[in-house]
Amino acid sequence: MSLLKNREALLALAILVLLGLVTTRFAGFVAPSNLALVFNDTAPLMILAIGQMIVILTKCIDLSVAANLALTGMVSALLNGMGVPLVIILPAAILLGAALGAVNGILVWKVGIPSIVVTLGTMTIFRGIIFLITNGKWVNAHEMTDGFKALPRAIVLGLPVMSWIAVAVILLATLALGRTALGRAFYAVGGNPHAAVYTGIDVGRTQAAAFVISGALAGLTGYLWVARYAVAYVDIAGGFELDVVAACVIGGVSIAGGAGSVAGAVLGAIFLGVIKNALPVVDISPFWQMAISGSAIILAVAFNALQSRPRGRIILKSAEAR
Amino acid sequence: MSILTPRVIPDRLQSPFARAAKSWEALLLAVFIAVFVVNSFASPYFLNAWNLSDATFNFTEKAMIAFAMAMLIIAGEIDLSVASIIALASTAMGLAMTAGAGTPLLVLVGIGTGLVCGAFNAWLVAGLGLPSIVVTIGTMSLFRGISFIVLGDQAFTGYPESFAWFGQGYVFWVFSFEFVLFLVLALAYGILLHRTSFGRRVYAIGNNATAAAFSGIRVARVKASLFLLTGLMSGIAAVCLTSRLGSTRPSIATGMELEVVTMVVLGGVSILGGSGSIPGVVLAAFIMGLVTFGFGLLNVPGIVMSIFIGILLIAVIALPRLFSRRGPARK
Repeated sequence: MSLLKNREALLALAILVLLGLVTTRFAGFVAPSNLALVFNDTAPLMILAIGQMIVILTKCIDLSVAANLALTGMVSALLNGMGVPLVIILPAAILLGAALGAVNGILVWKVGIPSIVVTLGTMTIFRGIIFLITNGKWVNAHEMTDGFKALPRAIVLGLPVMSWIAVAVILLATLALGRTALGRAFYAVGGNPHAAVYTGIDVGRTQAAAFVISGALAGLTGYLWVARYAVAYVDIAGGFELDVVAACVIGGVSIAGGAGSVAGAVLGAIFLGVIKNALPVVDISPFWQMAISGSAIILAVAFNALQSRPRGRIILKSAEAR
Repeated sequence: MSILTPRVIPDRLQSPFARAAKSWEALLLAVFIAVFVVNSFASPYFLNAWNLSDATFNFTEKAMIAFAMAMLIIAGEIDLSVASIIALASTAMGLAMTAGAGTPLLVLVGIGTGLVCGAFNAWLVAGLGLPSIVVTIGTMSLFRGISFIVLGDQAFTGYPESFAWFGQGYVFWVFSFEFVLFLVLALAYGILLHRTSFGRRVYAIGNNATAAAFSGIRVARVKASLFLLTGLMSGIAAVCLTSRLGSTRPSIATGMELEVVTMVVLGGVSILGGSGSIPGVVLAAFIMGLVTFGFGLLNVPGIVMSIFIGILLIAVIALPRLFSRRGPARK
């Protein structure tokens, strides 16, 4: 019974059922080598979902992650074209991403604009900046050095570096959220902002910190994305921010803030990744993917709402439900 | 309160003119006039009735949805599925057309599909009590996903001649059907929000849903009607857009939901609910349309316009907060 109470366990179970269904049509899908491929393919979504989860924990939302990814990815590709070594490009991408996240954070913290408005604005601004610095030109594979493209693909201990980076982010985020003061502050700020203020937590600053982390992870993903697909242009990862939010929602992260886990966000991303990778295998047109993930989001939200509905009669709440 | 600080007169005791001058709509009007004047000097082609009329197509369809969206956001909810409703309604019209439906039936199918989608959102949010921002991200994928399942990478073309009038016809001299419809709807929504008890209920729910429920307002019912309205307006916009483009693709109106929300927020509607006005949204629509048109005449690419719109969006929200004496407003 306690297993059914645990959202992450339920989601893991749902993913296993999904894998089982795919296996009935195509047994090779659950081969370890193929599962590793699926994991690797989902790595960018996982990394971004962890960042988004931290932002959602603090009662905010970050719609600019995909645009941030595209901008830092483009800058990484341009730096690479100038002959800057990879040792500098990687930290630069993370720093640039964090700086873009800080723009969001400062607008939310110091100016007090609701996060959805801020990130709606910066989302279009970041994409526009890519156009300004490149004039709409693409950076193609032959314009990137081999070392730049090889890093995410390099195999270490049987897995590509991209997967290892995702694993590292998962472990770091789990530790940071569970074992640091800032990590607990994210939960406190989203769970009850007023109580957080009385315990001496600065709500705005904590939200800004969440945006910086989300931005830094988007910057890291920007390099990985461009290096892996070996192309950079204005519209890469277009609409990806919604997949990221979807992964969080399916992973049981509450949009009201204060509830969610790294494991949930990662499993939500894997759920979407499995669907995406399984459709071609079981002969369903990839055009079905959007409708399926949409249905998954709605079901997940409905399920989470049912689970978190308080037991017993709450007199005040019932008035609104009429 | 020391003697040195100037005496503060509460807003409600000042003259209507003083109040109006300090309002959001006045700021927007100033921006609108500035953009208009700059554009007139920037390009010789700007002050031409036919060009200006063409420019209205940049915002008429978005604005129709923005009116309903403004009311929904004032009530403290949001509908991010509007652009996908357009895609699905347009797909349904394409299917009806291939089945040999005439123009009146096509319009009915488009509007009907919009209403059905709106009803689905209404059931999820008002019926089941789910948070609208996430649910409508879900229905956004679902509705457009169905269009993709039906169409794949194909398109419906070959709409009947008479159907083209909705997006391409003119009612009077340079005034297109869409622009006239936009004006009529602006008036209708202005009356609905500012002159009816339904409008007052919308504000009440946005300010405090629990208090509204206790004062006898049927919160769920009002919210459901608002989702039906955004669905209906998306259906009407789908008829206009499909007619104007003369074709249906599953990617039709991609990203429009964000432009609609931008228009609403630019119009002074608080994203947190409880305040905003229809005249503000009308002005925001004109500003966005003029900016797009003016930049277009100067051969500035669309993406650079979006930078400008993004900065404008953040700036108009930030400036009043930075310069108000109370400091930044806290959520």
